Amino acid sequence: MVITKNKDYNEILKSLGNNKNIIILGCSECASVCKTGGEDQVVDLKKYLETNNKNVQNTKVLSTSCNFLLSKKELKELKDDLTNCDVVISMSCGNGVQTVSDILNQQVVPANDTLFVGEKIRSGIFEENCRTCGECLLGRTAAICPVTRCAKGLLNGPCGGAKYGKCEVNEENDCAWIEIYNRLLELDKVELLEEVYPIRSYSESSSKRSINNRRKK
Amino acid sequence: MINSKLETALNNNKFAITAELAPPKGTDFSRILGIAQELFQYVDAVNVTDFQSASVKATSLALCIELANRGIQPVLQITGRDRNRIAIQGELLSAAHFGIQNILCLTGDHPTSGDNPEAKPVFELDAIGILKTAETLMKGIDLGRNELSPPFPQFYCGAVTSPEYSPIELELIQMKKKIKMGAKFFQTQGVFDIKTVEDFSNQTKDMNTNILIGIIPLKSPGMARFMNRKVPGIEVPDNLIHLLEKSSNKTEEGIKIAADFIMELKDRKICNGVHIMAIGAEDNVLKILDKAGLIG
Repeated sequence: MVITKNKDYNEILKSLGNNKNIIILGCSECASVCKTGGEDQVVDLKKYLETNNKNVQNTKVLSTSCNFLLSKKELKELKDDLTNCDVVISMSCGNGVQTVSDILNQQVVPANDTLFVGEKIRSGIFEENCRTCGECLLGRTAAICPVTRCAKGLLNGPCGGAKYGKCEVNEENDCAWIEIYNRLLELDKVELLEEVYPIRSYSESSSKRSINNRRKK
Repeated sequence: MINSKLETALNNNKFAITAELAPPKGTDFSRILGIAQELFQYVDAVNVTDFQSASVKATSLALCIELANRGIQPVLQITGRDRNRIAIQGELLSAAHFGIQNILCLTGDHPTSGDNPEAKPVFELDAIGILKTAETLMKGIDLGRNELSPPFPQFYCGAVTSPEYSPIELELIQMKKKIKMGAKFFQTQGVFDIKTVEDFSNQTKDMNTNILIGIIPLKSPGMARFMNRKVPGIEVPDNLIHLLEKSSNKTEEGIKIAADFIMELKDRKICNGVHIMAIGAEDNVLKILDKAGLIG
């Protein structure tokens, strides 16, 4: 899931400038779970903007903001309002904002900051566990991601800087590699640590990535 | 090319001695070069730290070149914190050009622990990756599989380890990987307990590698307690802290503790040498060596 947090309403208001007519779009996927773009948050932002003299023409919680064709279809229902509006606010992740912007011929501004791909531990508690690096090594690391959880993103074991099992960068965090070691020990798979992980290539991930499974081989 | 004195010493089972110096935070190398001049005849190599404690200083390579030009064999310390693979390979080729053979490969402290904590960390290569890189260059190619022009560099590579690390089994796995990637010697974090060295010696016996035990001269009980609390891999036993507390000259007491420890290590033949890290008090290294009977 993509974890987001609301920007300060004041900042959102500023990003609207002198524009008056506004449409707010939510997203019923991740942003709803994060309570940053569900029905309640859309209503909340609407109230705030109206007390600050904005005219919120319409609101809609899209099913999946980042689904281009689906959002395009759903946005057709707002066609009339969209022609008259000045700015669209998207209460989704950074991807949803861009999908909506690709569909509409309007200025689109984000209501959220996109933080990480993460897990909902329980209501209101989220944790980052995957950096979407494109080369998953969880199979060798007892399903604990060192790219994300090790402050140095090391692929070949600990740096040696842990004190009392805690990370040298943040004493509140456990050393990811000691966690990996302990879990491999439980699984009786410590030998997985003995193999040297080859030096990684960053050539694929250093520019925008895309997949096209329809392209003919 | 002159052979590495450190390599020769370790291959001949001589009790090897290295000491660590840091480039200055500034542009004047004279003080540190003066210390190196006094030391060099008594040590097998002088380590030069690479932005020690993730803090801005002159570079390790610059001081290594100054030492090499004076006939003092350095150990170039190189970390993965500030350089990607292009810069690391360039640094290693440059070192080879200046006749610097001894390389110590480290992962490096995180920038947040240093004096420019806002810096973006690199860590593209860790210690194991840097060892692999040096090994690759020695074969006449770079990591991109491009050929180097001859002559190819010759390095004598080492790495670090921490005998007090917990869990030690994990540290031993790391050591084996470093050996596999070309580490010929290890310099350890500071150790203060002979029992730790004994255990470590037994745990690493099968690795057939060279281990230089780290020696940090204590300057005060406060320093010892601080390191126990904050510095990874450091465990100063209480009896040493009491000795320092009772002593009227704490620096001298620290020097004596270090010298006694070195003599015991040498007598009991449980390591291949020592690596002295007199952080900020490099003048004391000579006194330690003298007290340990390693001069003259």
